[in-house]
Amino acid sequence: MILDTRLVVTRPGFTLDLELQVAAGQVVALLGPNGAGKSTALRALAGLTGLSDGGHITLDDRPLHTLAADSRPIGMVFQDYLLFPHLSALDNVAFGPRCRGEGKADARRTAAAWLQRVGLGDHAAVRPRHLSGGQAQRVALARALAVRPRLLLLDEPLAALDAHTRLEIRSRLRRHLADFDGATVLVTHDPLDAMVLADRLVVIENGAVVQQGTPGEVARRPRTDYVARLVGLNLYRGHARDQQVTVDDVPFSVAGHLEGPAFVAFSPSAVALYRSRPDGSPRNLWQARIEGIERHGDNIRIHLDGPITAFADVTPAAVADLDLAFGQQIWASVKATETHAYPA
Amino acid sequence: MTTSTISPGRGARRGSGAVTGRLPWVLVVPALLGMAFLVLPLAGLLVRAPWSTLAVRLAEPQVLEALRLSLVTATVATAGCLLLGVPLAWLLARVDFPGRRVVRALVTVPLVLPPVVGGVALLLVFGRRGLIGQWLDATFGVTLPFTSAGVVVAEAFVAMPFLVISVEGALRAADQRFEEAAATLGASRWTIFRRVTLPLIAPGVVAGAVLCWARALGEFGATITFAGNFPGQTQTMPLAVYLALETEPEAAIVLSLVLLAVSVVILASLRDRWVNSP
Repeated sequence: MILDTRLVVTRPGFTLDLELQVAAGQVVALLGPNGAGKSTALRALAGLTGLSDGGHITLDDRPLHTLAADSRPIGMVFQDYLLFPHLSALDNVAFGPRCRGEGKADARRTAAAWLQRVGLGDHAAVRPRHLSGGQAQRVALARALAVRPRLLLLDEPLAALDAHTRLEIRSRLRRHLADFDGATVLVTHDPLDAMVLADRLVVIENGAVVQQGTPGEVARRPRTDYVARLVGLNLYRGHARDQQVTVDDVPFSVAGHLEGPAFVAFSPSAVALYRSRPDGSPRNLWQARIEGIERHGDNIRIHLDGPITAFADVTPAAVADLDLAFGQQIWASVKATETHAYPA
Repeated sequence: MTTSTISPGRGARRGSGAVTGRLPWVLVVPALLGMAFLVLPLAGLLVRAPWSTLAVRLAEPQVLEALRLSLVTATVATAGCLLLGVPLAWLLARVDFPGRRVVRALVTVPLVLPPVVGGVALLLVFGRRGLIGQWLDATFGVTLPFTSAGVVVAEAFVAMPFLVISVEGALRAADQRFEEAAATLGASRWTIFRRVTLPLIAPGVVAGAVLCWARALGEFGATITFAGNFPGQTQTMPLAVYLALETEPEAAIVLSLVLLAVSVVILASLRDRWVNSP
């Protein structure tokens, strides 16, 4: 572990308290809703926000929290990049090496090499306001990496980009992060960015970690409503007994052995809707009322209320066949093979 | 201190006059009277100016002397204000120290203080028998009152708040996150100030310096109290105007015209180049 930290920041009405370990070359994404404390965590790592009692940051076995921001071996990419408007792209990138003791000529050589690496070698003389969003993002990344940081901090690095640019910059960023041998902490509220860029996700809500794991684990086994919404699953907390998880009187049959508090998750597309009660097992079946109908990609997303609330994704044809309408009573079921249950 | 432009925004269609109805005379009449009150005296100055003898009068040694002294002292005073006022503004805007509000209030006192009172206060401190003046005299043999240096001190005392307020405003308006970005790149606070903050607030500093210079150029009360009225030594343009008015009204008009011209040039440059620019 090159980064080992417990970030404690106490403010009136808000407490951030999270432990974080990041290995060399690893990318950890802090994921969470607005106001969860992601940016505060990043600012605390950078030294822009002080730690409260009990907090510590250790980088390469040395305490980092005792150092001022300008003495920490970090590089930070800000959400809106914050390129210095009065300096050219080259001088922006050379700023860090200059501050860390390189001579003017050396710093500019370093900067030129970094601009080359991010594919902007021919934009050296350009002022930030003449750069496109994607170019500015790459200059900001070059500026952060040019100081050879041990810890790279990225604050919503793709949030300010339009959808098309985002795709390209995301894959570029992924390559640069793969080349970077220090620890990377990335803050985002976009699950896709987190899944693509990070080796590990740490989900924060209200200043505390609610779930962490590899992107695959988190996507398959969400543990909070927020995570479930992010990864697009229906999630329920129930009680497991005898290969069955009961959620608010609706029994779900599950494969494998499970006892005690458990989660059940399934995709909205796994939900089937019927006008009348289907024959067969009463398991995985409940009666619901349609609370909303909206377009969702190529399908229609139905909001169901009842003993449990759920989303169901059905085809437009199915909506027509079933003659679905707002307020209608309907039967919903989900196949046992498509539900996923795990201990709470 | 600064003029702000009124953005057209949603009111853009008002120009057509279709929606708004008649202008209320209760507002329009005082507005026109106010405008006339401000513009007429200046127009009078232009009308009564001895245009035919203007060139000759301008070339008179006393006029040139006063003009030179005014320009030099105002410029030196502004330089001094920049040297001390910009760091002071930085301290007020960026460093959280106890009593900051009190300090800010004290710094702006010369702004509202009658300049004559300022001159008296300066005499009490920097005068030959003053708290600091005594020591300056004994240690360095320097006396400020009734010298050109005294003029600079009086002008700086009165004009510096303009600079401090302007620069502090610019500092508060500037996005401090640029400074944070610089800190994460390893810049010390001095480097941040020099390479990031100062370039970002340059327009504010220039606007403040111009205001400060204009105020120093027009300084009268503190100057005549603290530095006296010696031609060539401490007699600046405003003092010369006042003196000439009693003996030679035409000369006073000419001197006033020069000051008016300088003011107009300053205002024009301020508006076009700094105040309205982002």
